[in-house]
Amino acid sequence: MSFREQFEIPAKYKMWSMILMAVGLVSILVGYFIYGTGDEHANARFWAVLLYNSVYFLLIVNAAMFFICATTLAMGGWQMSFRRVAEAISTAVIPIGIITGVILVALVVGHQHHIYHWITPDPNDHILMGKIGFLNPTFFIVWTSLTLIGWIVLGAKMRSVSREIDNGGPLSEEEGKKYIFKNTIWGSLYLVWFGLTVASTVPWLWFMSIDAHWYSTMYSWYTFASSFVAGISLITIYVIYLKNQGYLELVNQEHLHDLGKFMFAFSVFWTYLWFSQYMLIWYANIPEETVYFKHRVQGPYRGIFFLNLIINFIAPLLILMRRSSKRNYTLLVFMSVLIIFGHWIDFYQMVIASVSKEHVELGLFDFGVAAGFIGLIMWATGNALSKHSLINRNHPFLKESIIHHT
Amino acid sequence: MAKKKFVVGCFDDEKVLFPAVKKVRKAGYKIHDVYTPFPIHGLDQAMGLRDTSLHTAGFIYGITGTATALSFMSWVFNKDWPLNIGGKPHFPLPAFIPITFELTVLFSAVGMVLTFCYLCQLAPFVKKHHFHARATDDLFVMVLECTSRTNEADAKAFLDSVGAKEINVQEAEDGWWLGRYAKDQKLYSTPSENSLA
Repeated sequence: MSFREQFEIPAKYKMWSMILMAVGLVSILVGYFIYGTGDEHANARFWAVLLYNSVYFLLIVNAAMFFICATTLAMGGWQMSFRRVAEAISTAVIPIGIITGVILVALVVGHQHHIYHWITPDPNDHILMGKIGFLNPTFFIVWTSLTLIGWIVLGAKMRSVSREIDNGGPLSEEEGKKYIFKNTIWGSLYLVWFGLTVASTVPWLWFMSIDAHWYSTMYSWYTFASSFVAGISLITIYVIYLKNQGYLELVNQEHLHDLGKFMFAFSVFWTYLWFSQYMLIWYANIPEETVYFKHRVQGPYRGIFFLNLIINFIAPLLILMRRSSKRNYTLLVFMSVLIIFGHWIDFYQMVIASVSKEHVELGLFDFGVAAGFIGLIMWATGNALSKHSLINRNHPFLKESIIHHT
Repeated sequence: MAKKKFVVGCFDDEKVLFPAVKKVRKAGYKIHDVYTPFPIHGLDQAMGLRDTSLHTAGFIYGITGTATALSFMSWVFNKDWPLNIGGKPHFPLPAFIPITFELTVLFSAVGMVLTFCYLCQLAPFVKKHHFHARATDDLFVMVLECTSRTNEADAKAFLDSVGAKEINVQEAEDGWWLGRYAKDQKLYSTPSENSLA
């Protein structure tokens, strides 16, 4: 049996990634002239749309690297047959990370106080003054840069460690042990950095500080759960796409079943955090805390707020519960697209509902920018896939993945 | 319970067992069950067993738990004994969710354990026939049920040809019964010339 190890980008795929990127670019330009040059409110909308789209797509491609490192530390073998796909998706962290960094720095340097009103705090505002050690432009810019550099550098190291055994023969037992240890070291370094950023500080800085007076201890985990379940969905879509193109012969229903389990489990995990955050605030009913949910549950965002829950909880719970649906490629692709869209809506309401509290604006501009980022992910992932072998052929755990059985 | 006649073949290797199961099924013998010391991946497919319906039962138990919790709490707080707790509405759904969740888990867990025991015919005081005591140690025991069309000698010869190390014919209860084991059935007899090595 021969394997198709080298991915060739189909012309159609290339065309679509270009079209989507062009749509995104045009949307940003047109959006700039419609909103960006308008009054303060329109200007804030322009930047808020850029903010939530760039951060959302950055976090879901970054979740692919988190998936690799977490499974590496867990000594997982089942993911080995499609690990290169997750690696390829994680290369998109580089371009999207740079774009996100530019947007975030522009927000702070450009004094977008409609979005981040902590940039110019009132000296009499003792809450903001109390947080000034964390919420100040210098720390924001330094920490954001460190975060992005950390993800890019450690991610690139993980990918190069994965590729360094491609051209030799099979590893001996000693070499294999050393290799796994090396993987573990770099994977755990990445995870520590991930924990210090995505699982704690970064959602506070980038998103929660939009409501600078309010805070929730659930917020970072909630953001992480959102991005991880959408990241797994993205990996699933790519694995099924490559299988349909005739690649990844070693991946079968068993691996898809496990990816489906991840989607199901982390949808429920996301709901757990969503509910924990909501119920405690609802129960205590303290005005300083309920201010976050006031316009979401009882205001104009009510529809989107509950749509979010239906798409991201009810639908995965009921549809992905059955074993047969996790083994059905078509249904899995449908659910992946639904989940990615659902968490995009989630990020939308996390940012926009805080920036423009009075009325809902969700239009072509939002979808156009999102299309641009999707095109960028397609372009970066396609390039990375075509550069290296699709199979990690000398990895000591590869056999475990081939005979994987749920 | 009905007494039936079984042809029992014992295998000492998984690699022999799998092809044997396939060949026995192809030859048209009725496999009563295969007893193994540990769970074997893929053996259920090889034996042609259908997927278990335990998860469907679990789902139904879970839904029952959800319905029980929600209906009981709303009956208590709306009809039987309405209380004003911290100015919350009489149907405070978020406050009900944790209890609903717990009851869903409790119902499905307890229900599934009991269903599992029922499906495996496990219960206190219930006895089942052991075809070979070493099925819990190091032997894979395949049991063929004799129907009206089964020729015992043929079945024994066939089991021998697919690699069974030890073959015998037993008459036994095919299900469970309450009470004692028959006096002449020794579960852990001393090794004889009949057993392996």
